[in-house]
Amino acid sequence: MNLSASCDTSLSDYLLRLGDNALILSQQLCGWCGHAPTLEEDVALSNIALDLLGQARLWLEYAGASMVPVRDEDDLAYHRDAHQFTHVLLVEQPNGNFADTQVRQFLFDSWHCLLLTELSRSTEPRISAIAIKARKEATYHLQHSSQWIVRLGDGTERSHRYAQRALEQCVDYVGELFAMDAVDHEMVRLGIGADLAALRPQWQAYVEQVLAAGNLVYPASALSVQGGRHGQHSELLVGLLMEMQHLARSYPGAQW
Amino acid sequence: MVNPHQDATQEQGTSGIWALLAEIPDPEMPYISIVDLGIVREVRWQPDALNVVLTPTYSGCPARREIEQSVRDALHRNGIQTLCIETRLHPAWTTEWVTALGREKMRAAGIAPPLAVLAEWQTLTFWPSSSDAPRPQCPHCGAAQTRLQNPCSGSRCKALYHCDACRNPFEYFKSF
Repeated sequence: MNLSASCDTSLSDYLLRLGDNALILSQQLCGWCGHAPTLEEDVALSNIALDLLGQARLWLEYAGASMVPVRDEDDLAYHRDAHQFTHVLLVEQPNGNFADTQVRQFLFDSWHCLLLTELSRSTEPRISAIAIKARKEATYHLQHSSQWIVRLGDGTERSHRYAQRALEQCVDYVGELFAMDAVDHEMVRLGIGADLAALRPQWQAYVEQVLAAGNLVYPASALSVQGGRHGQHSELLVGLLMEMQHLARSYPGAQW
Repeated sequence: MVNPHQDATQEQGTSGIWALLAEIPDPEMPYISIVDLGIVREVRWQPDALNVVLTPTYSGCPARREIEQSVRDALHRNGIQTLCIETRLHPAWTTEWVTALGREKMRAAGIAPPLAVLAEWQTLTFWPSSSDAPRPQCPHCGAAQTRLQNPCSGSRCKALYHCDACRNPFEYFKSF
């Protein structure tokens, strides 16, 4: 590697964010296993969780390999505390009711597809390889969540109300998806990362097209809650990590 | 140390190896082999080992480790002791790599083989309902009037459809 030390840190930070987004959302979706409204949906959510977990492993393995000293994927997943996680706040919002979960998923999937498309053109071959693979999977996730948005929004009076309310709760976390910080700028400068701000118009157009099909309205938001990528999280993450990390921390080196 | 079996196999080039690999079933769909699925990308003799390149289907595919183990077992059983299995992510696996024989085996097992991969996957394309998306033909009666019931089925790579003509459910191997 002929990259400078500061670039190495930016690169591992960048990869960690990508891995944490996928890991935390995967863990959240696992919470639906055995509880989804129908058996088919149970299987679908678990499969989406499985894809995201596979992606998280690829990103975290790479992030760990670019750290000094080197860390492995399990170490990064199980032996970091809440303030060391760098995912966007949207993915740690609670599962809530089914509409809350699908709205969160829809806002994430549409952003994720655009981000992965950009990353598939990365000058870093390993990033583009992972992104192309993940992008194909994200296409199916987005089709699924988009169809749920229409069904919920254009369903019963109650499902419509729940979906609209979920949108109003999630929209405060959208700003963070497109915010650029020093790490993002460095990655864009090197041709490695994506210009998040530039993705917003395309994202907004798609999201509003789907919402319109479900008679839902994109809420006006005055707030943009941020900080997830710098380790500032809500209490929700603490409970999630306790569950996810319990076994690995209580029984170090456990195997089955 | 020279392994006499290995020498014997080496003389056959790699076609014998491909034949061995073509016998290894996919753990989740035992009626089709890992070669039919296009997971095996390359087989190459190196000075001191046999190199086998595998490309995983989905990033979270739970069968990945099992596939690697069956490759090891099959080749060890046939006298190849020094083996190097390489996992290659790029180019990403696609259902376009599923062989014609693989598609035949799927149909015979009552599974609709994957349709062509559309360029739309690279852009945000919204199909308001699943009936707007391209649909597979029923593997039982060949009818085109089919409906998506669930985007996931018995395994990650298949979806569940219903045929409105013969009224049977069937699995479709999703294009990817």
